[in-house]
Amino acid sequence: MIINGQEENVATPISVDELIASKGFNAGRVAVEVNGAIVPRDKRAQTMLNGTDTVEIVTFVQGG
Amino acid sequence: MTNETNTAAEPTLDELVGTATNTALLPEPDAHAYDAIATGDADPLMLGGHKFTSRFILGSGRYDLNLIKATIENAGTQIVTMALRRCRTTENNLLDYIPKGITMLPNTSGARNAEEAVRIARLAREVCQTDFVKVEIEHETKYLLPDNAETIRATEMLAKEGFVVMPYMFPDPIAARQLEEAGAACVMPLGSLIGSNKGLRMRDFIEVIIANAHIPVIIDAGIGRPSQAAEAMEMGADAVMAYTAIASAGNIPLMARAFKHAIEAGREAYLSGLGTVTEGHAVPSSPTNAADYLH
Repeated sequence: MIINGQEENVATPISVDELIASKGFNAGRVAVEVNGAIVPRDKRAQTMLNGTDTVEIVTFVQGG
Repeated sequence: MTNETNTAAEPTLDELVGTATNTALLPEPDAHAYDAIATGDADPLMLGGHKFTSRFILGSGRYDLNLIKATIENAGTQIVTMALRRCRTTENNLLDYIPKGITMLPNTSGARNAEEAVRIARLAREVCQTDFVKVEIEHETKYLLPDNAETIRATEMLAKEGFVVMPYMFPDPIAARQLEEAGAACVMPLGSLIGSNKGLRMRDFIEVIIANAHIPVIIDAGIGRPSQAAEAMEMGADAVMAYTAIASAGNIPLMARAFKHAIEAGREAYLSGLGTVTEGHAVPSSPTNAADYLH
């Protein structure tokens, strides 16, 4: 699975919710995109990932 | 006989500041007559139907996260910008340091074309459920100049999706009009290069934009000191955004407060109507009747 641009070995199946938790991210502070499509908050628990997925997990940082 | 109410209507902004060039002709105002202007209650900044009483937009970056709250409070700002990036750490999330009630203004920095800006805007909306987005489309990091053509395209796409689009732009008056037609909530022309602290180097063209815009004009980049912020507001800008000027100051919250005062002063000066500039001669402020001098 490619997560934030890097190949990672993640045990699948895993839900988007579970992936966020396994990374230690605050679920209320991130947005998730799987294969270019946003996974809305209320769909994270039921959206399952597999090893060929490309995942982006983004948040806000300081900036102008 | 009709019922008459004794409660006088609140004065309008025009009544408060006067439309005549010489306000000495108006009745003498009381000491607090202009308070509603200073607080923005009588003179709000409107962005996409949302009302703001502060005309100071603050960048959130490059200083200690623990200073953000004090800086926002001293600035009196209601809108704070931020960037969207890949999540790398579980600690110190910016959003934990922004006080409640502040409007988040995510930018699309890193976007190189309209499609990338739209992608970032959608992700930002998913993070914080805000419809506000500052469109920034740049191709390099040396000058960070905005691509107006792509920005117009992104603005049209995002406005159709219901975003309150605030585009960072090169101060081309034609592009400003096109952004307005594309559905922008305001235009944000640069005063000079981002982070340069050089002030209103593009002044002549921003004046043309202000003279022709039907949406707020917010000076976005290059404002380096409070006097430059006041100059922008005196000129008729609707708001000022500052970031590097604050972040590079010796005392960050105090500089934020200095900007707040300058922006309010500039706005009040603009509403007052600035005096005429004369060239080549003085205009006496004391009587000049020769017979009355003690010669």
